[in-house]
Amino acid sequence: MSVKAVIDLISVLLLPSVILIILTVALVRKVPVYEVFIEGAKDGVKVSFNVIPYLVAMIVAISMLRASGALESVAAIFSTLLNKINLPAEILPLAFIRSLSGSAAIGIFSDIIANNDINSYTSKLAAIMLGSSETTFYVLTVYFGAVGIKKYRYSLICGLSADLVGIIMSVVVARCFFS
Amino acid sequence: MNYIWYFLILVSIVFGVINGKLNEVALAIFSGTELAVRIALTLIGIMTFWLGIMKVAEKSGLAEFISKLITPLAIKIFPEIDKHNNVIGDIAMNFSANALGLANAATPIGIKAMEKLQEINIDKESASNSMCMLLAMNTAGFQLIPATVIAILAANGCKNPTSIIVPTLIVTGSAFISAILLSRFLQKIFPPQNRQEVSDVG
Repeated sequence: MSVKAVIDLISVLLLPSVILIILTVALVRKVPVYEVFIEGAKDGVKVSFNVIPYLVAMIVAISMLRASGALESVAAIFSTLLNKINLPAEILPLAFIRSLSGSAAIGIFSDIIANNDINSYTSKLAAIMLGSSETTFYVLTVYFGAVGIKKYRYSLICGLSADLVGIIMSVVVARCFFS
Repeated sequence: MNYIWYFLILVSIVFGVINGKLNEVALAIFSGTELAVRIALTLIGIMTFWLGIMKVAEKSGLAEFISKLITPLAIKIFPEIDKHNNVIGDIAMNFSANALGLANAATPIGIKAMEKLQEINIDKESASNSMCMLLAMNTAGFQLIPATVIAILAANGCKNPTSIIVPTLIVTGSAFISAILLSRFLQKIFPPQNRQEVSDVG
């Protein structure tokens, strides 16, 4: 079996086995699983509704930003600089958007691999950048929104700095492995 | 957050004017609200399911078992949490779900941990150090296998999509560690605004 096949198998088995293990352990220890499940599940609706104002505020702002073309404009300014240090300029929009929107990042990634050789350095760099990141703005909005925290203190700075470390490391590591 | 939110909207409108895309920016307001509600609606189902499963894990003692395994490490990263508080179990499971790439499970479990952290938080409007640390761990997006990216690469005819696993692990690992260190460092620069209240209590 190839590495890819093993990973596929793990990905498919993982979720069902986690659920099966949790329920089996509970049943063996005489927990009324169905009743307890319903009891815990009741909070789901309330928590999700709490998040709506936070999500609307953040996603509207990010949608506006994407529609304005601001990211492309900033990327264009930087691209000449990047070409000088031998870094593909197409990567830049991905580096900008990945902290803001997960679906947009996947869209840009698809663009990059459609316009470049899939086995090229650029495609691999984009893959590493996408695979190593999480949508910082979304995570902060949902987690803080669910419990009604309005002052994030240093959380955004921390998240974005770690994202920047990720971007720089992506370039360094991709160079070592693929160019 | 007030300035950042304002800044995002200001930049959007200014660049909308410069790029002649003001109409698109206006339309994005409505598509954005729609997207936000759609995400929240999807969240309802996922949240409900995983909160149910987590309750079962809690009642069976499985959550406590995992919690005990991870406690020695957790109290180093979260020094402000009492080691008998069962929020440590939720944090451990949130991390595991993230590492295994089960994002749908990680979010509800993480939110449950946030609720427990909110209970021991003094200023209910402002994030505690522990909350910021939990979010630093989550925004770093540590993942053992980037399954989605591998799937996209494979679907587009990449010869060896799994070749990105090790490099991605190095990158995500270093981002994760720097997030934790940064959070520790930044909490001293941005102390809780209700310092007064804290010193009154203790």
